[in-house]
Amino acid sequence: MRLPNWLHKLASPPHFYRISSRLEPWMLGGGLAAIAAGTFGGLLLAPPDYQQGDAFRIIYFHVPAAYLAMQLYALMAIGSAIGLVWRIKLAYAIAAAAAPVGLAFTGLALATGMLWGKPMWGAYWSWGDARLTSVLVMFFLYLGYMLLHASLEERSTADRAAGILAVVGVVNLPIIKFSVEWWSSLHQGPTISRLAAPAITWDMLWPLLVMIVGAVLFSLSVTLTRARAEVLLRERGARWVRDAVMVRA
Amino acid sequence: MSEFFAMGGYGAFVWPCVGLSFAMLALLIFTARRRLQGVHRRIRRLNAAPDGGAWELRVSPAGEPGT
Repeated sequence: MRLPNWLHKLASPPHFYRISSRLEPWMLGGGLAAIAAGTFGGLLLAPPDYQQGDAFRIIYFHVPAAYLAMQLYALMAIGSAIGLVWRIKLAYAIAAAAAPVGLAFTGLALATGMLWGKPMWGAYWSWGDARLTSVLVMFFLYLGYMLLHASLEERSTADRAAGILAVVGVVNLPIIKFSVEWWSSLHQGPTISRLAAPAITWDMLWPLLVMIVGAVLFSLSVTLTRARAEVLLRERGARWVRDAVMVRA
Repeated sequence: MSEFFAMGGYGAFVWPCVGLSFAMLALLIFTARRRLQGVHRRIRRLNAAPDGGAWELRVSPAGEPGT
């Protein structure tokens, strides 16, 4: 199977480097603005929950973090798969760039989840809970990817070995998503879904949606910054890299 | 105002979440920029080396950088 032409052009490292350095500040600015608006709406404008009181406001931080944690894993795995199949270095670079960002968001989702669990469930953590455990597994998959990648001297070997780990770990994603349905879990079911009407009022919903959009833009911008570093490293002998590095002294 | 900070008694759980989240955002921005600058610096140093960073910057006929 061959890649379409436009994708090949996009996958050309100098092209990617140029486009991403232009897009990135806008994504960062837009992301931070949306996060500020979502925080304001979530903490000040949204009414308290009738069951959870003000503790429910943790949702505005927990859900975007957890969503991004999974999306970035998918990005890392898709990048690795494209790299493994078509040997596109840019795809490996994006996978390696997404890993630390995903790790950070997974850690944040775990921490905010614990801070939400304590007042609502009476415990920070519960071993044997499928949702909590499967997210912890994802945390270690990210960590494993990064350690494996860092431990192999030759970058192309590191990309391939860590890439295989990322692809195999994809089985964990549906387990995380459906864990609250397959097994009895302390964790509540989804509040918003693409298929069903949201389970909360608009006053509570809009800050969450704005927050998610902000988190997506933010993480894309940070991932692009890291991906540019990864691309430069992988292409360091190329002429365009020398030019790019010398210009931005 | 103090009512807002109390968060209906859940302040001790809500505010750490807010703090952690923004600390994480700042950390992600900082580490990503440091990484990119570090790579820039490293490649500049290689290019400035007397041998032109020959080994590290070596490019194979296929256009693949060495190592």
